[in-house]
Formats: sequence, structure tokens, C-alpha cells
Amino acid sequence: MEISINVKEENEKVVINVSGEIDVFTAPQLKEKIIPLVSAENAEVIVDFKDVNYMDSTGLGVLINAYKATKVNNSHIKIINLQDRVYRIFTITGLDEVMDINPVMRGGIK
Amino acid sequence: METFDFIEMKVPAKAEYVGVVRLSISGIANRMGFSYEDIEDLKVAVSEAITNAVTHAYRENENGEITLGFGVYEDRLEVMVADHGGSFNLNEVKADIGPYKDDSSIDNLRAGGFGLHLINALMDKVEINNNSGVVVLMTKYRDGIEVAFDEDRVSTK
Repeated sequence: MEISINVKEENEKVVINVSGEIDVFTAPQLKEKIIPLVSAENAEVIVDFKDVNYMDSTGLGVLINAYKATKVNNSHIKIINLQDRVYRIFTITGLDEVMDINPVMRGGIK
Repeated sequence: METFDFIEMKVPAKAEYVGVVRLSISGIANRMGFSYEDIEDLKVAVSEAITNAVTHAYRENENGEITLGFGVYEDRLEVMVADHGGSFNLNEVKADIGPYKDDSSIDNLRAGGFGLHLINALMDKVEINNNSGVVVLMTKYRDGIEVAFDEDRVSTK
């Protein structure tokens, strides 16, 4: 029921490591961190979901807002290392077709 | 008449309790022998329904309660989520529930994004009643019942 969010700047990129569960309680914390970062002009933001073991539509809402912000600010957001169950939430809603998402693939790297 | 165990739970309509309910549904579904995948589906679906109720309570500035009912059947789990504090009778609610249709009181579930879409995708059956508050009734059937029973018998000895 907790979330932790770490932001690292690597070269020209910003890497956000998220761990824990993203739900209606924790999503506002993610929103607070992520929206200012993607709102910087030309920002390159990578969100690492390796340690996110639960996410529901509230998390999708935050990511959709972030994605919209990238369109306004000419920035980019990419979500990487999704666990199977979390990736499934993206595929069910069709967001995997819209956003730049790189799930963890079984038996190798995509 | 089909027999079942019934578990009722009330939580404050606050965001911090959604995770608590997830742990509860996980425990009940695990006890019933649901697969890991199905338990994860149940966690998301139930969270979506509670999130809707919590968001509604916030918007109305209510200090409400959410009532949950878990009907544990031989072959399935039925989960009811009601955005009001009153107790409910399983059979009464079921008699008074219909298929989902557009309505302003469940607007929020949609405006909030993909809540209802996820519930529909992850559960086997979903019904919504909004005569007095919103009641979501959702059902998930258990796969591979024989296997689950064998495992259960071993683990309880």
C-alpha cells in the first residue's frame, strides 16, 4: 500500500524509479513527481516500473495526463520494465498502442 | 437452495483503505483456491469499484462508509461494493440489479478513466444497481476446481 518514487538525472534523461502499489491513495504522489518532469520542454523521461507490483486505472489516469503533457511540451515519456500483470492493464485498455511502453519480455529482451 | 458463506466488511470511504480491501479479497480468493492471475484480476476489479465509491464520497464531501459483501460459493466468488454504509441482503440486491447502462451516478467511473472497462474485462459478470447509492455486483468463477480442491486438502492437513 506504499509507494516510493526516486528521480535520477542521467545525461539528458530523467529516470523515475517507482516501486510499490499505484492506486487511488498513492497515485497523487506519482502525479506530483511526474507531471512537472514531463512538462519541461524537450524532456526525455523514462519511468521504470520494475518494482511496481500493482496498478489500476488511477495509475493509468496519471500516465495519461503525463502523456498529454508531453504532447504540449514536446517532451517524451517511456515506461519500461513492466511486470506481466501491470502490462495487462495497459493491453486491456489499449493504452499499450498509444504510449511508448516496453514490457519485460519472457525469455529475452524486446 | 445453493449454500454459500457470506463475509461483510465496512471501511471508511477513504483512499487509504482501498489497499486494505485488496488484502482482504486476496485472502478470501486465495482461500478459495483461485489462481494467482485470477486473484490479481479480483484485486484490480474490486479496487476499481471502491475507488469509484471513494471518489464519489470525496466529491460529495461525505464522511461515508463503503460496504462490501463477499459471497463465497463452491464455484465462484461474488463481490458486492456499495457506496453507502447500510447493510444489504445479498438476495434482495441481486433481485434488484440489472445490466450496466449509462447513468449519471456512475459517470465518475468512466470519467475517471478505465475503471468500469477494467471491471468488465477482469470479471465474468458485472451488474450495477443505483436505486439507492451505487451497488456493483461482480462475479468471478473459479477455474480448475478439482486441482484447487486437492491442493487445499493437502495444505490444510
